[in-house]
Amino acid sequence: MSVFNQSRSTVIRLIIAGIFLVIIAQLVNLQLISKKYEQLAMDNAVYPKVKYPDRGIIYDRKGKAILNNTIMYDLEVTPSQVKGVDTAYLCQLLDIDTAEFKKRVITAIVKNGRYRPSIFEDLLPPMVHARLEENIFKFPGFALVERPVRTYPFQAAAHILGYIGEADSNIIKRSNNFYRLGDFVGRSGLEQYYESVLMGKRGVEYMIKDNKNRLVGKFENGEFDTAAIAGRNLRTYIDVEVQQLAEKLMTNKVGAVVAIEPKTGGIIAMTSGPHFDPNLLTGPDKQKNFNKLFLDVSSPLLNRAIKGQYPPGSTYKPLGALVALDEGVINSNSGIACSGAYFGCRRPVKCTEKWAGHAANLRLAIAWSCNSFFSQAFRLTVDNPAEGNERKGLTRWHDYLSRFDLGHRTGIDLPSEDGGNVPDTTAYDKEYRGSWNSCTMVTIGIGQDKLLVTPLQMANSICILANKGYFFTPHFVQKIDGETKADTLLNKYRRKNEVLTHISNDTYETVLAGMQDVVDIGTAKVARVPGIAVCAKTGTAENYRVIDGKKTKLKDNSMFVLFAPREDPKIAIAVVVENAGFGATWAGPIASLLMEKYLNDTLRTERLKEVERVASANLMPGWLVREQFKADSIRAYNWFRQTRDTSVIKKFLKPGQVPVIEPPAPKPAPKPDSSQLKKGTAPDSLKKKLPVDVRTTRLHPEAILPKRYSIKAA
Amino acid sequence: MSQRKAEISKGVDWLLIWLYVILVSIGILSIFAVTYQEGDPILQSFLSLKTDYSRQLLYFGIGGILAIAILLTDSKFFTATANLWYAFGILLLLLVFPFHTKVKGTESIIRFGGFQLQPAELCKLFVNLALAKYLSRMETDFYKTRSQLIAAAIVLTPAVLSIMQHETGLALVYFSFFLVMFREGLSPMVLIIGFSLAVLVVATLVMDPNTLAIILTAIAAVAIYILRRQIKRHKQVLLLVVGIWAICVGIQRFAVPYAFDHILQPYQVKRIYDTIGKDYVPKDAVAAEEIEKKSAGKKKDDGDYNVKQSKIAIGSGGLTGKGLLKGTQTRYEFVPEQRTDFIFCTIGEGFGFIGSFLLLAIYFLLLMRIITIAERQRSVFSRCYAYGVASVIFFHITINICMTIGLAPVIGIPLPFISYGGTALLTFTILLFILIRLDADRQMVLR
Repeated sequence: MSVFNQSRSTVIRLIIAGIFLVIIAQLVNLQLISKKYEQLAMDNAVYPKVKYPDRGIIYDRKGKAILNNTIMYDLEVTPSQVKGVDTAYLCQLLDIDTAEFKKRVITAIVKNGRYRPSIFEDLLPPMVHARLEENIFKFPGFALVERPVRTYPFQAAAHILGYIGEADSNIIKRSNNFYRLGDFVGRSGLEQYYESVLMGKRGVEYMIKDNKNRLVGKFENGEFDTAAIAGRNLRTYIDVEVQQLAEKLMTNKVGAVVAIEPKTGGIIAMTSGPHFDPNLLTGPDKQKNFNKLFLDVSSPLLNRAIKGQYPPGSTYKPLGALVALDEGVINSNSGIACSGAYFGCRRPVKCTEKWAGHAANLRLAIAWSCNSFFSQAFRLTVDNPAEGNERKGLTRWHDYLSRFDLGHRTGIDLPSEDGGNVPDTTAYDKEYRGSWNSCTMVTIGIGQDKLLVTPLQMANSICILANKGYFFTPHFVQKIDGETKADTLLNKYRRKNEVLTHISNDTYETVLAGMQDVVDIGTAKVARVPGIAVCAKTGTAENYRVIDGKKTKLKDNSMFVLFAPREDPKIAIAVVVENAGFGATWAGPIASLLMEKYLNDTLRTERLKEVERVASANLMPGWLVREQFKADSIRAYNWFRQTRDTSVIKKFLKPGQVPVIEPPAPKPAPKPDSSQLKKGTAPDSLKKKLPVDVRTTRLHPEAILPKRYSIKAA
Repeated sequence: MSQRKAEISKGVDWLLIWLYVILVSIGILSIFAVTYQEGDPILQSFLSLKTDYSRQLLYFGIGGILAIAILLTDSKFFTATANLWYAFGILLLLLVFPFHTKVKGTESIIRFGGFQLQPAELCKLFVNLALAKYLSRMETDFYKTRSQLIAAAIVLTPAVLSIMQHETGLALVYFSFFLVMFREGLSPMVLIIGFSLAVLVVATLVMDPNTLAIILTAIAAVAIYILRRQIKRHKQVLLLVVGIWAICVGIQRFAVPYAFDHILQPYQVKRIYDTIGKDYVPKDAVAAEEIEKKSAGKKKDDGDYNVKQSKIAIGSGGLTGKGLLKGTQTRYEFVPEQRTDFIFCTIGEGFGFIGSFLLLAIYFLLLMRIITIAERQRSVFSRCYAYGVASVIFFHITINICMTIGLAPVIGIPLPFISYGGTALLTFTILLFILIRLDADRQMVLR
């Protein structure tokens, strides 16, 4: 019987041994060969709690903090502990309804689970925080948590200082995952440029968490923890009072102001109009405010001082004079008989002065800004017989302008600067197929044609004149607190650029004398300040813009450059006010007031009236209203097309008009005159960045219509 | 009385008893490692009966009393009452249908007062006794197909009842008794065919149906080619090959999909798919909802969360482990059910490869010892019973450990002597000590 099956016991033993060997093999694989499980277990159980350091503070030249840190409060909720909360009262305090309350609690559970706190409402306004602080015991599961926030005590210098925002996926990718989702990083201005200095060093506290993500203690008694190191402070050249005055003067104007200390290249003030209160981009409403600013066609977020490219107009003339003098094509006694236009080329170049003798010599020609003189001077420079031909002459001129740091980025310590344009032979070869002469671009002599500069470049070129040949790259930051050799950011700003020092002192003096005459006897008497020798130059530049599909000539840009005092230059200023007329009317007074404020530390009482006059003038170009209407109505239509929500589009409809969707070529039905909207020239600055559709999907309907809808025509 | 005492220890296999004590101690230590709260006074909480490890200690004590009671019992009692016990077990299983309480999704538990009973768990013991009894009958000729079918029926009746109670895991345990039958003369073909079937089912799940069909056809073709001489002589061989081929394709095409759709619970199908690393798409909304219900309350809804965490726990133990109470995976409850079904994680994480290896060595020693004991029995009943014990313990160890290291689907069966749980520990204790008692009387011929 079964006794004969004794050998089968061996078989059974072997089966058991075989299975055990399989198990042991898998254990070897899991425990000895595979290395990933240890890391996975760590990831499961160890939670690196990031300790954020305070960001560095930014000071002005007198030691006033213009960008500081403050504490605001977030309301956090731990869903599992929410029991017996006076929901109605809490909702009343936060101004939300109970449905929203429930939604937020559910969001918190989804995001972080029941047992970990999540933010219920961030950045509480001070009033709400005070009320909550008193009543927090009524709301178990809720807690107020400190959160450091950036604050701008002087409400000034929004464009310079920039703002911080949460790191998006692009930034995270570019930083090699140094930043994590939810980290705050500088998104513009000095905050972005000096991010590495300002951010400090994050600390990490390793905590042990359980399966419900509750932190249950320190990992290895904090052996691996690192402390957070606060960001370092920046000392800048900014004079915050001058900065505030500049912003006040630029109220309701489109344009830019740049004031530089010539001897160091330190920027005293820089503003771009229209500007905004930087505190709008911190605090609870930052997203709403940002949307509003972003959708405003006058582009308040744009820093025109470094990104606005303008034809310099007559402010170029001192540079043209210096180039011509150094080339030897004119001398200080050269003159021209101008009777209101330059007839040297086929098309006459008009001149504002008609009386005889206003261009009898170089000094007078600068003082009265004679177009004929400088057209001739430019032609002489290009056609300089010493160079051989106009091709070499133009190249030579281009070389001079490059030495004035024009036509390329200056390298200021702000992100996304524009370089302007100094045309060279290739540009004209392309346009005129190689057949051109000095007459083709004669208006370069009066700062028009293809010549484009940024206000920063204008101010910087004036610094070179004031310094008689050298400059420091314009920058804001004088020094970093606790600076070491490893901080290389500032090195390039401390190098002296001796670009035009080979030109003789006499040559400079000739030009500067003319510039002083501009103020003393010439076109800019408004800029005169008793006791200070001011060198200046007005500018009135023609400009065009495509509006409703047509190239339209707009009112001239008002430009002004100055530096003072002549013997010992302390400040150089460039001002541009778009579409405001003569340089002396608006830009001149602004520059003059800023100079006086900076040099004398105060303004004479009679000048305060001038401040009020300039500040209260509304010079916003009239076309902005039209562009804003177009941009908003197109956006409203797109919103309607995507969501069938007519609430926004109603505001753009005539009484009784019904919005219609007409795919595939969407003809915007809901606007007063469809013919022009169809051409669809949305504001360039906005449209270039993103197609309208993409933007609308990201934005909330409230953001579509800025409430402020009353940009008055100038 | 004193005479009786001397009789208890006479012939008792002390090695088995020591192995038993060591294993239960390891179990209590592991449960302690999982559930001990930092700062509790150790001695007091061990005696308080409020913690799981102190309760397990209590079951250990009860087990000891039962063991002594069994050792005091006459070994003839077991042979005499074997069939009675079996009838009792079947009755209990049937009683489950009207009287069960729903606990954690199973329908296999009867509850009276504070006491819970899972007849399917207990029934292993009775089946083992009944099978041993049947095989040891004088008139049983196990080489007859009829006897083999009766033996199979004894084993499979409770299995079918368990499946009807949605306890597929416990039902699988009964298949381990085929090892006993194999020892007693069941044709090895049965085991080979069973194994081949398992391979075929797994292949069906892993592979594309058409590819598998082509492979099967190819194998059949090759077989026909190799056997062409024999086929010329006997046409039946060809018929046989074609028949086997037809059955295989039938299983692959119809039987497995039918079983998955109609016999197994959707959550079980999902677990099987999880083990082989495939995504399971529920066939309809009802099935999806059922899976949802089953995984409700767990941390994540992906079914292999348990296995993933368990593999992380064991894998992160490394060679020497993190030490007692140092395992982050088990201490902070990342592994679900870690006191009961996933207790092996605690050992793997806390004591590493060395600890796991030692545990397996102890088990191996235990199983080898039981087989040695089985072979030294003069009585067929004792031998069959011993093989039954070895098979059941072996099956539990295999499925449980393979499940924690990701080699088998998640089936909720305990690790013998180590997992937390009174019924399981006591069942295994009784199972083992009856064997020790029978072994003590190995000179007697029991029928």
